[in-house]
Amino acid sequence: MGVTESLALGFQVALSAQNLAYCFAGVALGTLIGVLPGIGPLSTIGLLFPLTFYLPSVPALIMLAGIYYGAQYGGAITSILLNLPGETSSAVTCLDGYPMARGGRAGAALAISALASFLAGCLGTLLIALAGPPLGEWALAFGSAEYFSLMLMGLVGSAVLTQGDAVKGLAMVVVGLLIGLIGTDVNSGLPRYAFDVPELVDGVGFTVIAVGLFAVAEIATNLERREPQTAYTGALTSIMPNAAELARSFWPALRGTGVGAFFGLLPGTGPALSSFAAYMLEKKIAREPARFGKGAIEGVAAPEAANNAAAQAAFIPTLTLGIPGTAVMTLMLGAMVMQGVTPGPQVVTGNPELFWGIVASMWIGNLMLLVLNLPLVGVWVRLLRIPYRWLFPCVVMFCCIGNYSVNNNPVDVYLCAALGVFGYVLAKLECEPAPLLLGYVLGPLMEEHLRRAMLLSRGDPTVFVTRPISLVFMIATLLVLLFTLRGLDLRIVRRE
Amino acid sequence: VHLHRDILAGTLFVVIGALALLGARGYPVGTAMQMGPGYFPVALSWLLILLGALVGVRAARARDWQPLAWDWRPLAWISISILAFGFLMPRFGLVPALLAMFPLAAAAGRQSRWHEVVLLTLVMSAFAAAVFVYGLKLPYRLVAF
Repeated sequence: MGVTESLALGFQVALSAQNLAYCFAGVALGTLIGVLPGIGPLSTIGLLFPLTFYLPSVPALIMLAGIYYGAQYGGAITSILLNLPGETSSAVTCLDGYPMARGGRAGAALAISALASFLAGCLGTLLIALAGPPLGEWALAFGSAEYFSLMLMGLVGSAVLTQGDAVKGLAMVVVGLLIGLIGTDVNSGLPRYAFDVPELVDGVGFTVIAVGLFAVAEIATNLERREPQTAYTGALTSIMPNAAELARSFWPALRGTGVGAFFGLLPGTGPALSSFAAYMLEKKIAREPARFGKGAIEGVAAPEAANNAAAQAAFIPTLTLGIPGTAVMTLMLGAMVMQGVTPGPQVVTGNPELFWGIVASMWIGNLMLLVLNLPLVGVWVRLLRIPYRWLFPCVVMFCCIGNYSVNNNPVDVYLCAALGVFGYVLAKLECEPAPLLLGYVLGPLMEEHLRRAMLLSRGDPTVFVTRPISLVFMIATLLVLLFTLRGLDLRIVRRE
Repeated sequence: VHLHRDILAGTLFVVIGALALLGARGYPVGTAMQMGPGYFPVALSWLLILLGALVGVRAARARDWQPLAWDWRPLAWISISILAFGFLMPRFGLVPALLAMFPLAAAAGRQSRWHEVVLLTLVMSAFAAAVFVYGLKLPYRLVAF
């Protein structure tokens, strides 16, 4: 099947009235929750994700992709208007977006961010359609040794390249791997770390971890802050950018897309690195670099395009290899597993409706974001004025009902509270929870592949370095580790 | 540099690793070729202890300690409200669970005002009943005694 036919199949799936409705609902809900102050994109997806349990797999994943784009855009809105990045990838947008808002160009900044994201989204979708199937085909040749090395590379990359301390990030990955082991061992049937609690024999639920560690802990840290958060709520005079702003943003957005697509393909690096790299590139080649940081439109267009392209490209390893690059992709992967879809090279060939349906719906999701958000930006801005003291009890409610609804079992709710406490402690100790989540999702798979690879090699560990593809992944992992240990700072977005 | 916090973080990792090692005591380790259910957990536990020690020792050597400001009050109220929901939900139904959850959660906020909390509780309980029970048709009883 050629790319055109496949895309046609995808659009046929995505354009069914039902799937369009779910895509729309996802984008609207994602933006709605994502724009609320103090609720980041990860929490947004975690909170909304139980809503998709009752849907069949294709509409569920389409809705999730919509939620994802909505949440991402909601994050851009809070970065520009509140100087409050929801996650690392929008931190760079604050640098010029917030000064633009202070200078009365909030509407233009929001519109450019949506347009740049849309441009990146279109090209990104094309990239998935072109690169996904060959990559999937290549991955069909992967054995357990290759998968193990690839996962190792992804885990080490995510631990080292995200914000915060690299060694602590690695430790968090290991904690996540250990949490992932809770439950019955597939090979021997032995329940591990279950302590005779029947609910733990099935393992710790994905929602429990995502909601407890991110949403609950986020509320506790937000409530600690003494000063109330104030939004820039000056009048949004004109939403459309003027011709000069549009012209100035076009090339930066295109270059940002290229940078983003490159970094997005590498598992473990993802949007945060790409938006920063795109910003630095623009600053380097700009004729007046001094304008950056004071409201340069290029400083909004390039990183927004880059993080959307990276996010889009990150779907490629997630869908075809089953290796998520970022915490958000981990949530998407978890959702797929819960829907009974095993991500991997088989998805492209064995389940073309699902693969191409998602690819097409990503493009549609991007388009909806544009038509929904440009006219509605005034509504979203008004939402920013809702006081946090009304919001956080509602978030707690969604946490409770969301966790309860997975198994209709109160134990999940209790576990969520416990993980909230754990998440708060981790936040206080400045340990990033994102690598933990990645470890938790990949843990069981990684153990399985390690066991199988070692069994096939008759206990010879050199199998990981004698097979060429595996060797490449191992060398890359080693290089990343060496650079970190030598103190060469690869971590670029740092907390003050 | 926040090094006091890294000593705590290192200790936390070592403790988690030690507990995981303890918990894996009874699991057969097997050989590298035929890994038992204990092989991976034991290896991970030792790795975590090692990384934790590295974090802690690195921080201790720098001696640039800063105190940590903990604020347990909001976290405690949020946790209590979640636990209350989990306890009441299967016994008394959705509405009583939410009626208890909202005021307990709101107690976590310094700026919460009681008349707003009452209003929020009533409005959101009605909203949840409408969306989850009537809209999404989740099999929950509204009130059950």
